Amino acid sequence: MPLTAVNDFVIRFANVNGSGSASANEMFARAIMRMGIPMSPRNVFPSNIQGLPTWYEIRVTEAGHLGARGGTDIMVAMNPQTFNADVAAIEPDGYLVYDSTRAMPPGRMRTDINVIGIPLTRICNTEYTDPRQRQLFKNIICIGALSALLDMDLAELEKLVGEQYKGKEKLIGPNVHALQLGRAYAAANFKCPLGLRLKRTDKVGDRILLEGNAAAALGAVYGGATVCAWYPITPSSSLAESFTRFCAKYRHAPETGQARYAIIQAEDEIASIGMVIGAAWNGARAFTATSGPGISLMQEFFGFAYFAEIPAVVFDVQRAGPSTGMPTRTQQCDLINCAYASHGDTKHILLLPEDAAEAFEFGASAFDYADRLQTPVFVMLDLDIGMNHRLCRPLQWDKARRYDRGKVLSAEDLDRVKDFGRYTDVDGDAIPFRTYPGTHATRGSFFTRGTSHDARAKYSEVGAVYVEGMQRLLRKQETAKGILPKPLRDDAGKPTRFGVIYYGSTAPAMNEAAGILAGRGHSLDLMRVRAFPFHQDVASFIADHDFVFVVEQNRDAQLRTLIVNELDIDPVRLVPILHYDGTSITARFISGAIADRLDALKVTPLRKAMS
Amino acid sequence: MTYLAKPKFHHPSLPKNAIGFTRRDYEASTSTLCAGCGHDSISAAIIEAAFELSIEPHRVAKISGIGCSSKTPDYFLGASHGFNSVHGRMPSVLTGANLANRDLIYLGVSGDGDSASIGFGQFAHALRRGVDMVYIVENNGVYGLTKGQFSATADKGSKSKKGALNSDSAIDLVSMALQLGATFVARSFSGDKAQLVPLIKAAIQHRGAALIDVISPCIAFNNHVGSTKSLDYVRAHNEAVNALDVMIGRAPITVDHAPGKVVTVTLHDGSELRLRKLNDEYDPGDRLAAMNFLQAHAARGQIVTGLLYVDPEADDLHGHFDTVPTPLNQLGERELCPGADTLDAINAGLR
Repeated sequence: MPLTAVNDFVIRFANVNGSGSASANEMFARAIMRMGIPMSPRNVFPSNIQGLPTWYEIRVTEAGHLGARGGTDIMVAMNPQTFNADVAAIEPDGYLVYDSTRAMPPGRMRTDINVIGIPLTRICNTEYTDPRQRQLFKNIICIGALSALLDMDLAELEKLVGEQYKGKEKLIGPNVHALQLGRAYAAANFKCPLGLRLKRTDKVGDRILLEGNAAAALGAVYGGATVCAWYPITPSSSLAESFTRFCAKYRHAPETGQARYAIIQAEDEIASIGMVIGAAWNGARAFTATSGPGISLMQEFFGFAYFAEIPAVVFDVQRAGPSTGMPTRTQQCDLINCAYASHGDTKHILLLPEDAAEAFEFGASAFDYADRLQTPVFVMLDLDIGMNHRLCRPLQWDKARRYDRGKVLSAEDLDRVKDFGRYTDVDGDAIPFRTYPGTHATRGSFFTRGTSHDARAKYSEVGAVYVEGMQRLLRKQETAKGILPKPLRDDAGKPTRFGVIYYGSTAPAMNEAAGILAGRGHSLDLMRVRAFPFHQDVASFIADHDFVFVVEQNRDAQLRTLIVNELDIDPVRLVPILHYDGTSITARFISGAIADRLDALKVTPLRKAMS
Repeated sequence: MTYLAKPKFHHPSLPKNAIGFTRRDYEASTSTLCAGCGHDSISAAIIEAAFELSIEPHRVAKISGIGCSSKTPDYFLGASHGFNSVHGRMPSVLTGANLANRDLIYLGVSGDGDSASIGFGQFAHALRRGVDMVYIVENNGVYGLTKGQFSATADKGSKSKKGALNSDSAIDLVSMALQLGATFVARSFSGDKAQLVPLIKAAIQHRGAALIDVISPCIAFNNHVGSTKSLDYVRAHNEAVNALDVMIGRAPITVDHAPGKVVTVTLHDGSELRLRKLNDEYDPGDRLAAMNFLQAHAARGQIVTGLLYVDPEADDLHGHFDTVPTPLNQLGERELCPGADTLDAINAGLR
């Protein structure tokens, strides 16, 4: 019995990278969204330019579950190299769509799936003579065929073709024609629609479709960043490139066309962070975008900025480590490396956005936090958020919002202030006042150094002076806890001994998993942590439960380690749920893993057993 | 070094410059370097150059790396902001600072370990980007703070204080700077203030990347027989190609040496460099010839000093980026934030 479902299935395109499939697949995904059906696309790609396997997966989900689901219901197998493995990955009773022009690669075909052969190459070769056209239109013909098989609204596809080739109108006709070729073939040769199909609805609402890297870059534009120094590294490059694109559009003086920003592609990550720190020291809002290997290289400067108290914003789009690891696979594996970056005793601010909308918000407010707290702020994205389009709430900006440039003394301030000391804790919040170079002819200058210094920025190796400075930096973390985004708590609605802590890109899968577990009678209170150092609410949440699952995407339970370390929690009470194979975490995995542990933890409390 | 702080008062008749500052106003903390260190002479030359150019000290940002040389920004221009960064990374910090505020004067101070070894990459890239700065390398061919190891500018065959012979080829920062596209390249000697002060003044006036490689003997670890960076050796092998006067629209500075053939170079801001030729074949406007001249003389063991190359038409990084004239650190929400309405339009385009 073939799978049947409306607006609830996973379709996966298996392609060869560099073959032009990406834009066709993306168009297909957008058409689903335009039909009002929530969907969640994911790119699975190799670290390669051309010729290696790549997959594009769309989870169609009227219920709005935007995490990866796992499994494939419809496989569009266009890559002979991975054909057998792709076929093997189809769910029982699922569908295989393939190019039937040539004989199927050798191997026994499964009998428990539904095979749909479309002679794409033949249709293409009959219609087109130019080799490049044959390649590109093959993808479009395939989309056209799928539109019939899944009952997609062709008008939406045609509209998208029109938008994509705006300004190149002569390409619209041929593309629409290719769509129709595929659609006609499918309609003539198969019973359409299949058991799995689409149906127009209104569940997308006012949500937008956006990549986290682009959102973070837009956040940096809105947040007033003027200096970006970066070094190309997957999966962060598109963040700096998006910033470049947005700046070209929104950051030129209307009268002169001159740039109100400067972007440097530096010689390496060390230079990138050096430039950011130099610019921020001099009063510009500055950031870099990088990934794990870059974070490793920047360590010395992080310690410098922490100790000398210089703002910096670092977007870390995490990928699977260690070393080069899996550069195109996702993980949450840089938490500890960022939280305690550099030699000596350090602690840094981390922000943990869950999606593109939060990447925008945190991307903008990171600059306020960095200026207010005079310290580096890490925005911890990952490949799953950064490089995939994701539905999210519309981006918002309060018209009344003003940048918080922190405690910076102007020339007038310096005339009033009797005694300026760069590292003097005047207000008792452990945040001193600073001055930009060039502010005042005779007052406010100081010497910035990574060596131990007293409250007036003078070099000092006096133990008590050093300790006082280090203690103030610790107190500054306390101030930070009150400023940073608070953790969000979502209780089950009925009493439970179990809680879950999660963060970042795990959010959609976790929310879905909580629903699955609730359906099986397991109530869980949820807390999504959004920043480090941890707010008091995190400790309270743990105190409220016997056991707390900490769900994350790394091998060593890094957030759990930070919680144990910073909040002095008995590790036994924090149960790690870890997914780190580089694929996106799924609700299936989380709910399965938590259900297993719950069974194991179902011991009768001692009090009850004795009574 | 001395532990006695200099008294703040000074004689009322000390000469003042055009903005009413005395030389004392350009001084700072007392040096903690060894008595007789060449680096202290360079600090004094920087003070003299800033005084003579009537620079407001607070309009200078002095940035350094790590090492003896990099400690010196604490010893001059006390009213300027200073930044003693991490080893070998002064150029990136300076580049960022320069991007944030194009209106200040950026003085990068580094050493041969800082620039030719750990920071060789940053040295190269800051020069090739044309960052508007004065990049001074206080070059003694040796690691002083860690007690006498060879640096990458130590000549092949030179001898360490402990008697070891250097078998590695030397990096010549001046040749590198020429190759990398620096638009002002000079070499001088810490012991020749008459040559060094005008070079620093000219470098400050120059727009673009200016490098001054100053041979600065380390009297503690590299001033012995067999060293090619000792006071005696440098004095004996110094081949100065020109002598320089910098004219900035005030009364001409009188020169105390015999007149030779004078060439005038006008910089972008109208100030003039008057070069008195000491070597008739040398043309500081010809990058290729400069490179050849340096190589030929290096092969003969001579240390060529003077203004080696200048491009008076040079542009800088801000010119390449076409940034607004207002320093980026002075822009606010009005100039930087596209606003809520634009965001609504962006949202609409993402559906």
